[in-house]
Amino acid sequence: MSGDRRRTPAARRPSRLRIWLLRHLQVALASLGRLARSPLSSLMTILVLGIALSLPAGLHLLLKNVQQLAGHWDGAATISLYLAPETGRGEAGRLAERIRRLVGVEQVTLIDREQALEEFRRLGGFAGALEALEGNPLPHVLVVRPDPAHSDPDSADALLQRLQGMKPVELGQLDLQWVRRFQAITEIARRGLLVLAALLGMAVLLVVVNTIRLEIQNRRAEIEITKLIGGTDAFIRRPFLYLGLWYGLFGGLSAWLLVSLSLWLLSGPVARLAGLYDSRFVLAGMDPATVAGLLGGAILLGLGGAWLAVARHLRDIEPA
Amino acid sequence: MIHFDNVTKRYPGGHEGLSNVSLHIDPGEMVFLTGHSGAGKSTLLKLIGLLERSTRGQVRVGGRNLTRLRRRQIPYHRREVGMIFQDHRLLYDRTVFDNVAMPLVVAGLGHAEVGRRVRAALDKVGLLNKEKVYPITLSGGEQQRVGIARAVVSRPPVVLADEPTGNLDPELSREIMQLFERFNQVGVTLLIATHDLELISRLGRRTLTLEQGRLLRDSTA
Ligand SMILES: Nc1ncnc2c1ncn2[C@@H]1O[C@H](COP(=O)(O)OP(=O)(O)OP(=O)(O)O)[C@@H](O)[C@H]1O
Ligand SMILES: [Mg+2]
Repeated sequence: MSGDRRRTPAARRPSRLRIWLLRHLQVALASLGRLARSPLSSLMTILVLGIALSLPAGLHLLLKNVQQLAGHWDGAATISLYLAPETGRGEAGRLAERIRRLVGVEQVTLIDREQALEEFRRLGGFAGALEALEGNPLPHVLVVRPDPAHSDPDSADALLQRLQGMKPVELGQLDLQWVRRFQAITEIARRGLLVLAALLGMAVLLVVVNTIRLEIQNRRAEIEITKLIGGTDAFIRRPFLYLGLWYGLFGGLSAWLLVSLSLWLLSGPVARLAGLYDSRFVLAGMDPATVAGLLGGAILLGLGGAWLAVARHLRDIEPA
Repeated sequence: MIHFDNVTKRYPGGHEGLSNVSLHIDPGEMVFLTGHSGAGKSTLLKLIGLLERSTRGQVRVGGRNLTRLRRRQIPYHRREVGMIFQDHRLLYDRTVFDNVAMPLVVAGLGHAEVGRRVRAALDKVGLLNKEKVYPITLSGGEQQRVGIARAVVSRPPVVLADEPTGNLDPELSREIMQLFERFNQVGVTLLIATHDLELISRLGRRTLTLEQGRLLRDSTA
């Protein structure tokens, strides 16, 4: 026997890693086989996980779409500078040139007072009122658009202060009201989403813990005998961890499926609505990063739940 | 191979399953353990397989001090001690082959090696033709032999058997004892608990007699 011992490890060593990988693959497949052996209950558990995961995933997508929709109205973060009435066309042009070179400014458009008057005339309704006035009551206006890095409310406000100090600006206006409101609302939505995701993540974890706990109870005899013949904790743990991994993965995949299905159902009506508004807005789908996040999170929750169940219950089962 | 130094096992509740037992079994010995029901035979075997821990005293197996063995070391100790039970303790949702293969799989042996050794073990117990069947379809004697094959498949230096012939007829009991004698011939240390005094006297081996947790007699019959 001792002679045999000396011989085998040396002969076996080169393929140790392969044996180890093969064992893991076997255990992973065996765990998959266990799921397949009771398809109905497995499917129910997976669907519960899928539904719980699809809610935060779907809401995340909704939020992203709303933010994208808001992005179409970037113009809201523009600053209008009304120049003093006596300012000439040339002076206005030179100011525009100076502002264009400032940091944080993406674009400056000069709205000539004559041009503006023409516009008003064309729009109609004002024609009578304008005729009653002598001369052109409108000033030159510079429309300044901050670059994306400076269009948040605080930077835009700072830019406004600076521009107001420049001659011959008489009045500067930054309409941020709705940008601020919108930001406040999305912030609330984002936090709500985080809370919801945390709660539902917890639910997923608990479902997995409970499922694995039942599985451990069902396999009590097997665990006892494996311990009896010298199975390490790691060896005994492994099939349950793989089971958790599979539950997580399939739960994540079914959540992906559910969200995609909902998107598909919504895409038609959304396109029609966007058409009515003359918008080319299309619903953003699950981009690869979101899918990876969803599946990765689901797998982690599955593994984590299995780990918790195993840590809690495997020690209690000892052969007698 | 097996040393007990003033070993006491007190169960929760205060009852002493084993009281101050000292004994010494050499490598390659085949020893019987007998005594009335409740004398402490199973307790003694469980201490060797670390299914229980001693309350006092020291147990050593193959140079390993079990008193100080850490929890995570227990599996490696159990791989050196094959255990056979009266109730077989087989897994009924696995084939005979898979049952016998368990100790090798647990030890991380390769597929080919596992197949070779399992068949060798099944051949020894005369069940080579049954490797694909489920244990539930086997007779009690056959199931016991599957349990024996599982206990010896990884060639542990020590094999413990707790009433291995408990519900078998005399003919089958004799066969199983012959099997044990063959293992003993290749150097395995065996400790067998049994009530069957007739069997013991016929084999003429060293016999330890327990009574109420104490070692009453240590005799070579
Ligand atoms: N887990 C336990 N908890 C409490 N007492 C126990 C436990 N196991 C055994 N005992 C007690 O320890 C004593 C010895 O038990 P043990 O099982 O070792 O006897 P035994 O010789 O194997 O008997 P049998 O021939 O009936 O199998 C008995 O009095 C028994 O009641
Ligand atoms: Mg007993």
